[in-house]
This record gives sequence, structure tokens and C-alpha cells, in this order.
Amino acid sequence: MPLYYDDDQTMLADTAGQFMAEEGSIKNQLRHWRDRQCKDGFGHALWQQFAEMGFTGMLVDEDDGGLGMGQVEANIVLEEIGRNLTPSPFLSSSVLAATALKHGSNDVKGRWLPDLISGEKVYGVAIDEGRKHRPETIACKAQKSGNGFKLSGKKDFVVYGASAEMIVVAARTSGSDSDVDGVTLFAVPQDAAGMSHDSVRLVDSSMASHVTFDGVELDGDAVIGEVDGGREVLDAMLVAGRVGAASEGVGVARGAMDMTVDYLKQRKQFGRVIGEFQALQHRAAHLYSEVEIARAVTIKAAQLLDGGSEKADLMASVAKAKVAKVAGLAVREGVQMHGGIGMTDEYDIGLYMKRDRALQEFLGDQYYHAGRVAEMSGY
Amino acid sequence: MSNSDLEAFRAETRAWLEANCPPEMRQPVRDEEDVYWGGRNATFKSEAQKAWFEAARDKGYTVPAWPKEYGGAGLSPAQAKVLREEMAAIGARPPLSSFGIWMLGPALLHFGTEGQKQRFLNEIARGEIRWCQGYSEPGSGSDLVSLQTFGEDKGDHWVVNGQKIWTSYADKADWIFCLVRTDKEDKYRGITFMLYDMASEGVSTKPILLISGNSPFCETFFDDVSVPKSYGEDVPAYVGEINRGWDVAKYLLGHEREMISGADGGNTGTIGAALTRANGEVDPVLRAELAQFDVDALAYGAMGEKFLDEIKVGKAHPAQPNMMKYAGTELNKRRHELMMAAGGSHALEWESEETSGGKPSRNWLRTKANSIEGGTSEVMLNVISKRILDLPGA
Repeated sequence: MPLYYDDDQTMLADTAGQFMAEEGSIKNQLRHWRDRQCKDGFGHALWQQFAEMGFTGMLVDEDDGGLGMGQVEANIVLEEIGRNLTPSPFLSSSVLAATALKHGSNDVKGRWLPDLISGEKVYGVAIDEGRKHRPETIACKAQKSGNGFKLSGKKDFVVYGASAEMIVVAARTSGSDSDVDGVTLFAVPQDAAGMSHDSVRLVDSSMASHVTFDGVELDGDAVIGEVDGGREVLDAMLVAGRVGAASEGVGVARGAMDMTVDYLKQRKQFGRVIGEFQALQHRAAHLYSEVEIARAVTIKAAQLLDGGSEKADLMASVAKAKVAKVAGLAVREGVQMHGGIGMTDEYDIGLYMKRDRALQEFLGDQYYHAGRVAEMSGY
Repeated sequence: MSNSDLEAFRAETRAWLEANCPPEMRQPVRDEEDVYWGGRNATFKSEAQKAWFEAARDKGYTVPAWPKEYGGAGLSPAQAKVLREEMAAIGARPPLSSFGIWMLGPALLHFGTEGQKQRFLNEIARGEIRWCQGYSEPGSGSDLVSLQTFGEDKGDHWVVNGQKIWTSYADKADWIFCLVRTDKEDKYRGITFMLYDMASEGVSTKPILLISGNSPFCETFFDDVSVPKSYGEDVPAYVGEINRGWDVAKYLLGHEREMISGADGGNTGTIGAALTRANGEVDPVLRAELAQFDVDALAYGAMGEKFLDEIKVGKAHPAQPNMMKYAGTELNKRRHELMMAAGGSHALEWESEETSGGKPSRNWLRTKANSIEGGTSEVMLNVISKRILDLPGA
């Protein structure tokens, strides 16, 4: 498959780009909800529009009522989300939770997928149990209890957790904390007794929860996939999420870079536009090169994932690591080249820096993923 | 071409390679002698090298994508990719390396007359004539267009005087493709892209010893060299039009930059696994650097693939080769810095059997030229700034 978009994908990119730039713009969404201290951190009306555009269920199979598209298509939407800093549960609900639910029984799918596709409900995922992403270790426990399970423990960094009507939880049903086996995924409904959210606003003004499960009772049909065999589903969910997060990061990098290059063409100092100075030109050109490379490897990772390649896992980590590094460069250069105005809240460039920081931590930062690349390469 | 046709071609190619590429030609290239450059005075290092070259030449596989009438195999881009993949799979060496293939050939295919194509492309494909490139001058490196070598118009011929520098393998080349000023009034439009024999009277060369201890480059001098305007019917001695050689030069520079960037696979390999294995206990900080490098190398590999895919369908920005050259050469320098660091004192050995005569350190030093030759990194960044980002000129 050539490493560029085909005609349908180009059309999707145009449509999503226009939609996000108009409806999902920083002014209309991020600033709007932030300035109102919205407890959700995103707009439900916009989410309904996502559904009308066909975005919400794009990764869901056609047999299950979705559009049966692939990661490349989801990434196209995510890149536009990143460029416009559009707050939405797309990554957690339509990519991560949707990927997990794909592996569920027909009952599980029937219960949760229609509302995901219609945009009636949004879902979250609970993976991390500490400050850093370490999904190799899962201490959260689900003990057999009658026909079901009793869930106990804590999860951190559950993005839009308090707004989610269901959370996919990775918990341990057997073995010790760092065992590969013995993990099970559960669909935990929002009103489950014993589950509580400590919801916190993050630096990028999105919302995330510390979730506590205090003996939460779950039916046997809350299980997604196989009991004790959840690692495979978890890994599938993680790789889709990582490739998706990389694409959103590419969008953030491009958004910050475009804004900065525009600024270099406008701002005058010493009697000239500052874009005439070679010291700045070279940094901008270096940034452009890095952003192009980050974008290429992200598209590559998405294509490998869609093609079912065994290299997808490696390339997902390469993409996540590369994008984290590059998007970080884009936002730092962005703020610096904007000068004083880049430090003001009124100007948008700082918002890119904040979103990038949150996105870097989500599903593993550049150090974690470079480490994975080393391990997968055998050193 | 359908997928099944392509798969049939793959099977055929695999069988052909199995039958024609000797096992000795499936080893990595270790030194200059392992590379076959062709030319009037060429000698083969081994029977295997000769057999592999001749088989590839007869099949058109020295230049697989060129039309058959010019010595190629007339492969489609998809077929050429299959051949590349199958050669890579068995580690086959290129049967023929040549500036004629990489640089002059593409320029002739694009700008040449039918007569020029018939003669020169066939010679290149058959490895008969070894070419060198006369671009840079002592005062005109990155600012190439300021070149001074002058060809005085004498009616049916020019008399060329001047000096070129960094002429790779000029001392071993048979012919030169050379940028010569033919009009002093017009900076861009006064340059002609000439082709002539290095055996012509008045041409002399002198090798330049580099910090790597090697000498692929030469100074090349032209003292009253007589260059005819034509080598026969429809075979002019210049490519494109007289005084319009800059268009050809620019086109060719794009190819050169693409080649130096290693976009087609030279720069995409990871090094962490091999280096940590070879060196046992690797410092954890170095290991982390290696991991970060591998991330960048794999990402650049994807970019190379995307770039080549986009070029095929005309989707790449015309200045994109500058970006590939910049990123690829910087990456290659970093690769060799890390290899030196991981190699430790062993990598410092300048002359030892174990290092094949100081390969690690000589290669490391050689890479420093990557971001200078074919336009410096700084010039690449200038081009990206102006032509892609549209930043204003100073």
C-alpha cells in the first residue's frame, strides 16, 4: 500500500479538516468550555455532530452497525482534532473502547455499541495505576463472586472518566501483578455501586479521573473477551490507542508549526519581518522536516495495523516516541518564536503546549516507547 | 499490472537471482574493491563479480527501470520495486555502481536527444564508460551558480579553461558531465551542461586526501580543452540547450540529494541490537541514546518510503529532496557517532585486520562530508525555508 492517502481518505481528510476547523475550533470549543469551567471538558452538542458525521462508530464493524473503517481513517480524524485542539472523547471512546468492544461477545456488543455509534453515550478506559503508563503491571483485582466478580483497587488518568457512561477496566483475575496472563477486561457501567470518581482538571483543561473501585459487583456479562485472557484485548486496545494518540500529536505539531510559520511572516522587528532572519528560518525548516517524518511513520503504523502486520506493535511505539519528541519540539519552538505574546493566555500557541504535554503522557511517553523499541529489537 | 502478474514476476525474479547471483555477491560491501564501477579500464576483483555483472547487464538489470532500447529491462515501477525487494532479501550487491546510472542517466532520459540516449545510456547500462561529475569549483561550492570555468565559443567547438574540485573519482573516470559558463553576462542562463572525454588534451586531475585517509575526490584542471559541439548526428556534446544547463543541473541535483539522503534504504537500519550484542555491557545512557536513534532511523525509513511513493505519482513537493537530504545526512552522522562510541577503543584502530583497515573510524570520518557534499545542510534548510515554508528572502 503506498504511503499516502487514497481518494476516499483524501476526501475524508478534507471533510474532517473543514468540520474541525469550523465546528471544533479553539474559540468555539476549547476556550468556550474552559472559560465556563465545564465539568465535562467537552461539548455534547459537538459530540452529536461527530456522530452525524459518522465519526463515532467509524472503527466499529459494519455487521455491528458501524462504518467498518480502519485506523488510517480514525487517524485522519485525530490529526484534525489535534490541529484544532478539539476537546472530545473520540480517542478514548471511539478508538480505545471501540477496539476493546470489538473483542466482546454479541451480548456485550449489543449492549454497548449502539449508543457508542449514535453518540448517545461516551465511554472511557481505565488502564494506568500510577503516574506513568505501565500496563505491564496490573494490581487492580476482580475476584470471583457468585456468578460474577467483585472489583477492588484504583485507576489513574481515566480521561473524561466522570463523563463516561461505561469504563473499560483492566483488572487482575488471577496471578501476580506483573503476570502477562490473568488479566480480564470489564465493562463497568457508570452507576455501578462502589465506584467513585475523583475528577480533576488537567493542564490542557481536559478532565481525568482517579477512580476507586470498592468491591464493585459485576455480572459475568461485564466481561469483555475471555476471563484471564484479557491481555490480548488490552494489547489490541493499546496499540490502536497509541497509533491514534500519535496521529493527534502530529496534528498538534502541525497546528503549532503552521501558526508559528504564519507568525514569522507577520511579526516585524528591527524593521523587517522576523521570518527573514536565517537563525529562525533554519529552526523552522528543521521543525518542518521532523514533523514530516513523524507524520510519515504515523501513517505507516496505521497502515501496518490495518493490514494485520506483526510489525504494527513496533511501529506504533516508534510513532508514539517520535511524535512525542517532535510535537514537543514544535510547541517549544512555537512559544519561543512567538516571543512574549506566546506566553499570554489570550494567544493560542500556549494551548498547543499544554495539550502536547497531556498527550505525551497518555499511553506512554517517548522514553517508555523508545524503551519498548529497544526491548522489541532485543537489547 | 495485476497482483497475480506481479507475484509471477516475483517468482521469476527470485529464480533468476538464485541462478545468477553468486553467493560471494550476497555479502555486504566491505571496501571500495567490492564495488564494481565499470569503465574502459575496469578490472574485476573476482570471477563472481564478473559473472554477476555480466548476467545483470545482459538482463538489463544494471538499470532495471530504463527502457529496453537504452540497455534497461523496461520494468514498471512496481516490478522495479519487486526486484529491489528480492535483491535486498538475499543481500545482493549492486552489479554496477555508477554516476552515469544515478545522475547523468536520469538527466539524459529527461533532457537528452534520441541520439544521445541511444549512445550514452547504452554505454552506461553496459558499464562501458565511467562518468564523473564536474560541478563544484574552489570558489563555488554551495553557491554553485557562481562557477567560473569558461568555455569560449569557437564556432564548431568550445575552448574550456578552469578548475573543478570535489570531482569524485575524476582520476578513474572516462568522461565528465560538466557545468561550464558560456555566457558571462547572465548568471543563471549562461551555463552549459557539457559532456566530454577525460582523455582530451588539457584535462588533468589530482586526488585530494581526506581526513578519512582516503581520496575519492579530485581537483580537476582544464587547460585549453577543446570540446566539439557535436559527436555526430543528433548527438550534441551538451544536454538541453546551450546556456540553459542550469535547468539540467537543478534536475540532477534533486537526484543526487535523494541518493545521498539514503532515502531508498541506506539510512533506515537500526543499530542498537547489533551494537549492544557486540559490546556486551553497554552503558545505560548509551543504550538509551541507541534506542532514541533507532526510533529516528525507523521513522526516517517510513519517510523514505512515503517520499518514494509520492514521487512516483507526482505528489511530492519539488523541494522535498532537500528535506530528505538534510534529515538523512544528519541521521547518518549521528549513526556513526554512536557506532564509534559503542565501539570504544576498538573503533579507534586505524590499521588493523580486525577492523578491516580502520573501517569504523574511516567511515565515521567519511560521513562528515554527507552534510556538505551535494549542498550543505544549511543550504538545504534555506531551500526548505523559502520554497516549502515560503519564508521571505533576507
